[in-house]
Amino acid sequence: MTAQADDELWSAIGDPSRRRVLDLLVSNGEVSASWLALRVPFSRQAVSKHLAVLEEAGLVSRRKQGREVLYRVQADRLDQATRAMADLAAAWDRRLGAIKRLAEAAHAAAKSKQQP
Amino acid sequence: MTPGLVIEREVLIEAPAEVVWRTITEPDQMSLWFADRVDLVVEPGAHGYMRFGDQGGPVVVETVDPPNRFSFRWNHPLGEEPVAGNSMLVEFALTPEGEERTRLRVVESGHELRDWPDGEKQRYADEHREGWGEFLDRLAGVLAERRPG
Repeated sequence: MTAQADDELWSAIGDPSRRRVLDLLVSNGEVSASWLALRVPFSRQAVSKHLAVLEEAGLVSRRKQGREVLYRVQADRLDQATRAMADLAAAWDRRLGAIKRLAEAAHAAAKSKQQP
Repeated sequence: MTPGLVIEREVLIEAPAEVVWRTITEPDQMSLWFADRVDLVVEPGAHGYMRFGDQGGPVVVETVDPPNRFSFRWNHPLGEEPVAGNSMLVEFALTPEGEERTRLRVVESGHELRDWPDGEKQRYADEHREGWGEFLDRLAGVLAERRPG
């Protein structure tokens, strides 16, 4: 997976309400949409919509148990997202570190030239 | 609309903003911290090319506001022009903190935040204080703890 290409995944995680739902799923294992709806500041319908988007992005799976539908986080997919994010952040940290060294060296060189 | 991937990082540099600006925008300097080779004219709308080893791709410059803001698009599908929607936008913001110190912040994002109404931007910023990296790290940490073995 290239982090950039996986727009569906990032859009799913990018929404604060969906992050709240993900958060609850991660902390509580397998739960129903009604259970989630009691714990978020939005409607049962909104919860269902968010779950559908998360499922589409592969972050959540569901199974039927009796008359209930239970949702859970797909840990591998979440790990994948975490790694992709960490790789990109690390790449920028390397680049910013290099910029810092170059700019500080250039500044030090310019200052020492100014000395009489 | 929800933005795609958003990465935000920053660094404090012991040099004036003008020096930092030259380091991030001059092509021969860019080839020291970014790509192996950078062919680019730093002007809004200019098309350039970045080479990494035997790979590479076009870059399109967006904002040039020395020594405060510099942005470009890259990472779009091969053979396409980078525009909003198919590419990543990289935005540098330089903030002087005293005469010889500059805070350099970079935001790489999949969709543009800048076209949003200010109220929406503020709401987005308020809701993302935690940052995606921290959010994902935390969730992955909780999951790892619960795994057997």
